[in-house]
Amino acid sequence: MEYTDKVCEYFRNPKNMGRIENPDGVGTVGNKVCGDVMKIYIKVNDDIIEDIKFETFGCGAAIATSSVVTELAKGKKIEEALKISNKEVVDFLGGLPPIKKHCSLLAEDGLKAAINDYRDKQKNSAPSPIKSEDKQL
Amino acid sequence: MIYMDYNATTPCDKRVLEAMLPYFGDEFGNPSSLYQSARTAKKAVEKARADIAVLLGCAPEEIFFTSGGTEADNWAIKGAAFQLKDKGRHIITSRIEHHAVLNTCKSLEKVGYEVTYLPVDKYGVVDIEELKNSVRKDTVLITIMYANNEIGTIQPVKEIAETVKEKGVYFHTDAVQAAGKIPLSVKELGADMLSLSGHKFYGPKGVGALYIKKGVKIAPFMYGGEQEKGKRAGTENVPGIAGIGKAAEIAAKEMVEEEVRIKKLRDRLEAGIKDRIPEIVVNGHPEQRLYNTLNLCIKHIEGEGILLHLDFEGICASSGSACTSGSLEPSHVLLAIGLPHEIAHGSLRLSLGKHNTEQDVDRVLEVLPGIASKLREISPFWNKGK
Repeated sequence: MEYTDKVCEYFRNPKNMGRIENPDGVGTVGNKVCGDVMKIYIKVNDDIIEDIKFETFGCGAAIATSSVVTELAKGKKIEEALKISNKEVVDFLGGLPPIKKHCSLLAEDGLKAAINDYRDKQKNSAPSPIKSEDKQL
Repeated sequence: MIYMDYNATTPCDKRVLEAMLPYFGDEFGNPSSLYQSARTAKKAVEKARADIAVLLGCAPEEIFFTSGGTEADNWAIKGAAFQLKDKGRHIITSRIEHHAVLNTCKSLEKVGYEVTYLPVDKYGVVDIEELKNSVRKDTVLITIMYANNEIGTIQPVKEIAETVKEKGVYFHTDAVQAAGKIPLSVKELGADMLSLSGHKFYGPKGVGALYIKKGVKIAPFMYGGEQEKGKRAGTENVPGIAGIGKAAEIAAKEMVEEEVRIKKLRDRLEAGIKDRIPEIVVNGHPEQRLYNTLNLCIKHIEGEGILLHLDFEGICASSGSACTSGSLEPSHVLLAIGLPHEIAHGSLRLSLGKHNTEQDVDRVLEVLPGIASKLREISPFWNKGK
């Protein structure tokens, strides 16, 4: 099994690691038992992901994909961020070994979970019209 | 590069390599032939057999060459099972065996054999009482490893052998991690069969041996010519056999001294890591453990990350984490000793050997705490207030 240089680079020097105090949304995905847990924090302002950070317990690929998904999402509108796919994460890293593909899915799911959490909070505090596509999440 | 993965494999000793070279060159003859170079090759094979017999304290005719430890394990288990199939089809082993044993047992389950997988305690030791209670009328073989490859725990093999003798069942031990590292006497142990592998004690890869006690009958492993008394057919791997013989000769002379030196290094490494990194668990038996092996879990982080960072620093180690094995399950050994999954995922095995120095140990102690902190900073389970 071999990682690309890009994976190693992102694993070694991950960007946006850590947590955000009083985040607007938090998504936790994965499972301790399987050895991968990803937690993504977002700060949203005017429908834009202003800040995003991650904490990950997992292998090199899990850490690299977490970092990449935060980088891809940072500064994007919520609607745009929701379009980030695991394939985009994998392509950004120049590929992942087949047995590590699930890590990129985890990254996509983590981001979506954080956005979902943000929207739930929005809904509870100040009711706003919900679009139909939210329900797919 | 700092190599601390000697339980995975060892570099071939230069003296071993030299002992092998002639049989790739002028002395290339087939030991079964009649002419001079064949006779020289035949002599080399028999000299190696004698050298391994010395290492194990047995007669040369009780040593059979194989392609490695895995083959020796396969042969011992299947050979005994097939030989005794009319007597019974029950085998006893433990949950912490190497996959060479576990998967061989599983293959027999598919063809009508029953296998009992004995549990172990938190140190990885098999319970003798439990073993005694598991023996049935139709039990034909007990196979329990000598020393565990991951955590280094050494089993009470002698006691197991005595129990087995009372019950009249064959006893095999996978001694791949013990042979060439610690003095073994099969006579004293009372084992009926014992597996070993050349590349675990500075010999070449691709060659191992199975000790089969005189009088113990097992089915042949490979059919063909009359090599290895017709029990393991196929032209002998003469260079490999010459190599494993030389490695055995060297081990018999040097292993006791090496043990003292390497144990000191391992203990220094263990104490140093305990001092420098909070919240770690050292696995394996505190005393009944291979002197070169240190297996530990660094809580709240995952093993592959540790290995990658160590690799960036030029340090080679291994882990029982799921990610390095390609499955979602962490090491079966760490689960068997009762570790929860999330802790087992954070395992690191450092296994020392001949070429390690105090400087190597100090270098690991210098970089490992930083690696642990770095990964813990990223981990959602690490309490950052600490």
